[in-house]
Amino acid sequence: MTGGHAHALYVHGDGPVHRLRPECKLLAHVLFVFAVVATTREEFWAFGVYAIMLVVLAQLADLRLAFVAKRLVIEVPFVLFALFLPFVGQGERVDVLGLPLSVEGLWAMWNILIKGTLGVAASVILAATTAVPDFLRGLERLHLPRAFTSITGFMIRYSEVISHEAGRMKVARDARGYDARWLWQAKGFAASAGALFIRSYERGERVYLAMMSRGYQGQLPDADAGRAGAGAWAAALSFPAIALVVAVTAWVVRP
Amino acid sequence: MGSAAVSTAPPAPALRVERLAFAYPDGTQALFGVDLTIGVGERVALLGPNGAGKTTLAMHLNGINRPQHGSVLVGGLPVAKDNLKEIRRRVGIVFQDPDDQLFMPTVRDDVAFGPANMGVRGPDLDACVVRALEAVGMEAFADRPPHHLSFGQRRRVAVATVLAMEPQILVLDEPSSNLDPAGRRELADILRGLDITMLMVTHDLPYALELCPRAFVMNEGVIVGDGPTAEILSDEALMAANRLELPFGFFPSLAEEGRARRTG
Repeated sequence: MTGGHAHALYVHGDGPVHRLRPECKLLAHVLFVFAVVATTREEFWAFGVYAIMLVVLAQLADLRLAFVAKRLVIEVPFVLFALFLPFVGQGERVDVLGLPLSVEGLWAMWNILIKGTLGVAASVILAATTAVPDFLRGLERLHLPRAFTSITGFMIRYSEVISHEAGRMKVARDARGYDARWLWQAKGFAASAGALFIRSYERGERVYLAMMSRGYQGQLPDADAGRAGAGAWAAALSFPAIALVVAVTAWVVRP
Repeated sequence: MGSAAVSTAPPAPALRVERLAFAYPDGTQALFGVDLTIGVGERVALLGPNGAGKTTLAMHLNGINRPQHGSVLVGGLPVAKDNLKEIRRRVGIVFQDPDDQLFMPTVRDDVAFGPANMGVRGPDLDACVVRALEAVGMEAFADRPPHHLSFGQRRRVAVATVLAMEPQILVLDEPSSNLDPAGRRELADILRGLDITMLMVTHDLPYALELCPRAFVMNEGVIVGDGPTAEILSDEALMAANRLELPFGFFPSLAEEGRARRTG
């Protein structure tokens, strides 16, 4: 771990996008993705408009496009299967570079690739401009169940502690000459996975005791930091509003 | 935090434990009748070998473990189911592993957790958090996630999470463990500056001598020694009988001299 100042996905900054209230950003993000997904796939110009919107947003957030592009790599495993669709698709065929491809498959591939990429790019910008604690607080203010936000918080908090512990166990294994190369050597690995599970379980108990010691009675205290002003909501929601207009226009003008 | 009176038999002791006995559900008897009294403002060390029952006793002080026999009184209030909230406000426990204690996304949220459970809200809560973090010199780290702090910083934040509840008694489980020498000294400076009754469970005998004028020795579930820390540590028979050993080259009498030299 880097021991940095915030979580791995976050990029420090103080632009208007960074300062916007997290609950506004979250809702704007979800609405934007819905608008993109609801757009008819034949209207290429609409997706061009979305892409331009995201480029402008990245500029406002002080993020370089190369940075956003690099983080987009995360979607590769998820969209990989889309590349097979033109080969396995049914119906009408068209020759591309001598390969007979399915027209319907090509449309499906385009649909998945463009909508996936736009959605992930928006998420990359959101993650880069919103620190994890703010993100959780935003979810809470959007009235997600507190059980959900607390579990997410615990998960993020302890994933690092537990991965450090796993790392130390691996070092200790290796230091005693363990070299897991063959399947029958998996026993050492399996045993430490078991030990890690027990340790994490026991840690859970100790954390709970420490919480009870500070008066925990089954309900995490509210994060009451006031409500976002109308200005913040208007600024954030203007973004999905434009996307919505584009999506509706694309429906109306479609042949 | 209450006013500090030195240990001249105050009317209501900060802590009174009477004939406390406790067995774990698996049948292991951990405490066999513990008796002890701590006056308001006293700083007391609880010494003893591993498995003596020190942590089990500490867990009784705020009602994590409920007395099976005997009683625990905090400022005159018995530890019982109906009083738990007030008991947990009065007794703050700092656990040994700060990672067990710090679980919120930021230091600020974590320090706010205790007082918020006590019903403190808004500007009062913010003031409370700032006060507690200032007491341990960590106010600049309020917005950091706890897992990005050093171990010594996390230990100090763990102390702050408890101080924020403005307890009457601070119970520390192995406060100096895993700290580097500077971190250990910094924590000692912080603890010495707190105007609060303190019970410190520790194996670090020089630390006990430095911070606590009085010490208990515990072994096999009972208190077997109680007196000024320097006298306890100089009692070779008591020390040997209870698996207590001073670090190489450490002499309590010389330590007093060293303290006089450092401060004077």
